[in-house]
Amino acid sequence: MAELAQEVLTKDVHKKEAAAGDGTERTRATKIYTPLVDIVERPNDILVVADMPGADENSVDVTLEKNVLTIYGRVEPVVPVDHRLAYAEYGIGDYERSFTLSDQVDGDKIEASMKDGVLRLVLPKSEKARLRKITVKSAA
Amino acid sequence: MLWSELRRSGAPWQKFGNVEQNIKRMQDEMNRLFSGMTSPVPVQPEFPAVNLWLNDTTAIATTEIAGVSPDNLEISVIGKTLSIKGSRPKAETGEGQSYHRKERWEGEFSRALELPYNVDSDKVEAKFEDGVLYITLPRAEAEKPKKIVIKSA
Repeated sequence: MAELAQEVLTKDVHKKEAAAGDGTERTRATKIYTPLVDIVERPNDILVVADMPGADENSVDVTLEKNVLTIYGRVEPVVPVDHRLAYAEYGIGDYERSFTLSDQVDGDKIEASMKDGVLRLVLPKSEKARLRKITVKSAA
Repeated sequence: MLWSELRRSGAPWQKFGNVEQNIKRMQDEMNRLFSGMTSPVPVQPEFPAVNLWLNDTTAIATTEIAGVSPDNLEISVIGKTLSIKGSRPKAETGEGQSYHRKERWEGEFSRALELPYNVDSDKVEAKFEDGVLYITLPRAEAEKPKKIVIKSA
């Protein structure tokens, strides 16, 4: 508990609306939020984990164009029948975030999975990038 | 503050005797007045954020807690207070891993929320779907609004 309280103070874990793209307008009348992500570099791949509550595997699109990886999650707001929203601390909307990848990612082998509103992307490093690591031996 | 600068330069004020004291007093008062406005700890909204839907007979509380397993969730209702407790496991940090970004929360959370009326705790239902928790809280029977019939004289 104390640990999270600390986290909350040092990090803003609350939903943030994404900045509008330059000169682009939305056709859907919903807000767009920036999902919070963890990006972990591992020896053979890069792991991207994004919190997108309300989106499921059918409503999330992951696209890679050139070297820009975009994740987009469509959220259909659940409005309880015959109730009014009396008090709101968070907004509901779609999620979008883009990342520029270095050329060391093998775009054809990206794996994506979704569970409980958390998207997990595994971006395998290309063979070329894996081979680039040179071990330095100490001179005799 | 500007006043301190003036005071330090000294000379022009000396002949006015207690002017300096007056300025010091004003300065202290101003500082006292404004000190309450800046809290030393940044004020953050509570986590997790909750939305509350209401009608005459039920309240529905929703909260976004992606990645929390329902087994790690604890919901309890006492009178008017709804408490939600839960946790999300810490990310495993294996050999050769390094974080480029770490924005997601981890660890435990707990949140208590006061509802506008007493809840029939036996009939509370909770549903967890795609990282969103929906808690349906029916109003206690005794507190439901009663329709009053107006008799004609």
